Order: sequence, then structure tokens, then C-alpha cells
Amino acid sequence: MTPMLTLQEVEHIARLARLTLTDEEKERFRRQLSEILEYAARLQALDTGDILPTFSVLPPQNVLRADEIQRSLDTEDILRNAAKTEKHQFRVPPVLDIP
Amino acid sequence: MQYEPVIGLEIHAELLTRSKMFCGCPVVDFTQAPPNSAVCPVCAGMPGTLPVVNRQAVELALRVALALQCQIAPVSLFARKNYFYPDLPKGYQISQYEYPLAQHGKLPIQTADGERLIRIRRVHLEEDTGKLTHVIGEKESYSLVDLNRAGVPLLEIVTEPDIHTLEELRAFAEGMRHLLRVLGVNSGDMEKGVIRFEANVSLRTVGSAELGTRVEIKNLNSFRALIRATAYQIEQQMAALQRGETIEQETLGWDDTSEMTFSQRSKEEAHDYRYFPEPDLPPLVVEHAWLERVAASLPELPFARLKRFQTQYGLSAEDAALLIAEYLIADYFEETVQAAPGVAPRMIASWITGELFAWLNQSGERLEEIKVSPAGLGELLRLVAQDEINLNTAKTVLSEMLRTGRTAGQIVAERGLKQISDADQIARWVARVLAENPQELKSYLSGKETLINWFFGQVMRLAGGRADPQQLRQELEKQLQSMKSNSS
Repeated sequence: MTPMLTLQEVEHIARLARLTLTDEEKERFRRQLSEILEYAARLQALDTGDILPTFSVLPPQNVLRADEIQRSLDTEDILRNAAKTEKHQFRVPPVLDIP
Repeated sequence: MQYEPVIGLEIHAELLTRSKMFCGCPVVDFTQAPPNSAVCPVCAGMPGTLPVVNRQAVELALRVALALQCQIAPVSLFARKNYFYPDLPKGYQISQYEYPLAQHGKLPIQTADGERLIRIRRVHLEEDTGKLTHVIGEKESYSLVDLNRAGVPLLEIVTEPDIHTLEELRAFAEGMRHLLRVLGVNSGDMEKGVIRFEANVSLRTVGSAELGTRVEIKNLNSFRALIRATAYQIEQQMAALQRGETIEQETLGWDDTSEMTFSQRSKEEAHDYRYFPEPDLPPLVVEHAWLERVAASLPELPFARLKRFQTQYGLSAEDAALLIAEYLIADYFEETVQAAPGVAPRMIASWITGELFAWLNQSGERLEEIKVSPAGLGELLRLVAQDEINLNTAKTVLSEMLRTGRTAGQIVAERGLKQISDADQIARWVARVLAENPQELKSYLSGKETLINWFFGQVMRLAGGRADPQQLRQELEKQLQSMKSNSS
């Protein structure tokens, strides 16, 4: 039995994912995430010290492309999803506290 | 208590591919290209798109890994590094984490204290981010995002904390840039941000194996910023420790204008990147045959070439370093040595670093553009070595060769510049100059011996610069000596 996540841990994860949660949601996700963690914790009972992680179920075979240029999208198409633009760039809220 | 700095570096170098790391968008000059002109759904992070690895990026990374004598993983893995920042359209950067392309390498550096090996912890592939421009207005502030750079192949090289002085730091950073250029994987244009450094700085008591708390400084885009920021951080930590304070682990940015570090990312969030294997990419397999092919294509590495230039050609460390700084110049030197077997390599080196460099500076030409070939320079220097022309004449001839592209032989023959070593002729010129300048002669005889150089100049002028300088000096000394003995 792994201990339940704390409310602070849920808030931290939410902040990393830039999610705003209500108190009710925090409690709900705390329970759900804890259950997931508990489930995953069962696997930790197994000794996998000598086993290489299965990072892929595909045969180890490269999929590579040649270094060739393809046409990019037109700038106006790229900017079409932007909430705000300026000088052909995405305009976003300030991201750095500049000294 | 005595403290010593412990410095580790992260180097981010853009790889010189035509297209981006995971899509076919062209890699453009970010300082020139119109914003968002080289962006497609893949590098803009649109849903439903899939990345495909650029083979050439892997190949260039392998060049670096081999040159750094790393162990290269037969299978490595891409991973997602999750964090939110508007320069990262996907919300994660594709990087490598637990299973990097290469590990356990080393790069030799040379400082005044001798040769040292700086260990390389890892070399891995990732993608660059977009470029942010921060606009600070009176009413509101905001940032502008240009995604041209997003998805450009980036190589990350991480050292062990093996650097202990600013001199070593500079030698390593410059050595790394040189290596990347020589390998043809990076242009080395630091002002365009194609190489960026991050420094991890801590202090420890001298002799102790324990590392102090480290502070990470980001955004170091020039050697100057790297050295200044590290020096500043060492001073700060030194002062803090001497006041009895503890160092807090943090991430700092460097402000070039104020030359101060500033806190950049709040501590509790740093390094919480929630890495996991990239599900959209299969493992990267590097077969032995591929590795061997890349190994066979590597040029002689800078450190080896530096050593060889000293042992094989007897050059000083300084001259050797000047020549190999640009491989085209080093090649030019070696071709000249081949073309002129009778000429001392040291002499060829000093003509290249002296006269030729001066010409390149003054004319703005690149070495590939100049009108004098290695064979042409060799011919000129052979004439000097065989005393056919003297040094001053040779300089004049070389500058004409560089201007007109004619050969040394043509210029010397046409302008009658061949050195005169007829002893009688030289004796007559010396006698005439002494006779025509009785005032100076008197001063000389009464002890103002430096005038000998003035006389030398006068005779050389009379000879049209063509007299054999050694013979001239001997003759001048002989005649002055006999006058001295007569007058005393």
C-alpha cells in the first residue's frame, strides 16, 4: 500500500501542467492518481535488475529520413491558430521576469 | 579556508544539416530569415504529426562522439522532456535522457600548466527551441515567438566537473568550438548563437573530494559571457562562504549588459521535466559498419595536428596554434612545405602568420581567394633561402604577387630585383655613403654607435634594396672598424 498523494503534490503537478483545478477536482485527482500509483507500485515488487527496459516492441530497426528540404507552410497558415500575432510572430503573455 | 572552483559545462551546438531534426523544413539563418518562414505542422507541434529522424544529424553527432573518444551506444533512445514555455510548441522537447547516443569521452586541452584531459560525460541529440523576443512596453509587456529555429538539430555535450580554473575553461570552450568546426558539424558563428554554453559552478575546499552546492548559469552565448559569468559566480560564492553563508542551488541567467547573473527559474520547478521515452520514435540503432564509415571519414583532430606541427616541423606551440586555428591555413602551410623542400618550415610558418595574415586582414580576402598558391609562395621563399633576393625585396615581391597574381620569378626578373652579392660593388657603395656623410661619421666615431643602422639604411637605399644584407653589414662593420682604428 503506497501512501496517498498529498494535496501539495497534486497542486505541484497541476502547476507543472499549467492546469487550474477546483478544490473538488484536486481531491478527485488526488484519489485517482493515488490509485494509479498504487497499481504501478505492484510492478515494483518484481526484480527487474538484470532486464533491459522494453522501450519499444518494434524490431530494432532504424527509421531515418534523408537530409532533404521540403516546403514549409506559408507564414500566414502557420500563424492561423495564433490568438494574437505581431510582425509575423506569435504574440504571447510575458514569460520572463527581466531584471 | 582555501576554496577551489569546480566547473562542469553543457554545450549546445546546432548541427549543420540542410533540414531540421524531425521534419523537412530548411535550417535557415535565424538572424536573416523572415520570422516563421521555415515552419511546418511537425515543428509547430500540431496534433497528429509524427517526427522522423534526420540521418545526417545522427551522422554529424557520431563524428563528434568519435572525435571525443566516447563509447557509442548501439541502441539509444529519444525521450520527451516536458515543460511549458512558448518557445516549445509541442509542450515538450524531444531529447535523449537515460540512453544517450554516447558516453564516457574526453577532450585534451593545453594550458600554461601543460596538458589535461577533460572528461565528457555524455553526448546526445535533441531539437532546438524557437526564438523569443521580449517586448517591454509601458502599458504591457509580452513576448514574440519565431519558430524558425524550433526543431533544428542540436547536439548536447556534457562534461564531468573537471574544470578548475578560468584558463582551463577558456581552453576547453575554444577547443570544443574548434573541434566542432574542424569536424564540419557546426559553423562556429557564436554571434548567431549556434554554440551556447551552460556552466555549473561550485566551490570546494582544496583537496576535498566532496562537491559543494552547484549553481547553474544559462544563456552563455559567447566566450566572454562564459568567462565573465563564471568568474562573477565564483566571486559571489567565495564571498558567501567566507561570510559563513551556505550556497543555494539555483538556476541563473546571465545579463550581458549589466554583467551580472540573475535568478531565472524557481527552484522547486527546476529539473522536474517528467521525462519519458518518446513513443513516436523507434530506438536509434547505430550499426558497427556505420560507425566505421564515419570513423574513416574523420579529419586529423586539432590536438593531434597541433602536436604534429610542433614535432614534425619544429614550430613553436604559438605558431602551430595560429596555423591550425583554420584548417585551410594549416593545409596551405603543409602544401607550401611540400612545394619548397629547401625552405625551413619555421620560415614558411612565419611568412604565413606574418605577411600573409596581414594581407588577409588588409584586403578582406579569404585564403581561398588569394592569388598566391602554396607553390607560388614556395618559389618566392626558395629565392630567399638561396640568397637570390633579400628579405625586404621578398616582402615587396610577395605583395605584388598578391595584388597581381604574377609569379615571384617573373617579378624578380622583370624588375631586376635579384640580390647583389658582388663584394666589390657592395664595398664601393659603403665607401661612398661614408664619404658623403662626414657629420654622421664623426658622431659614430665619437661613440654614437647606433648610427651603424642609419648607415646600413643609406647603403641599402643606394643599392635599390638589392644588396645582400648580411654581406652589406659585414662590409660596413669592416670599413667603420678600420676608420676607428685609424682615428684612435
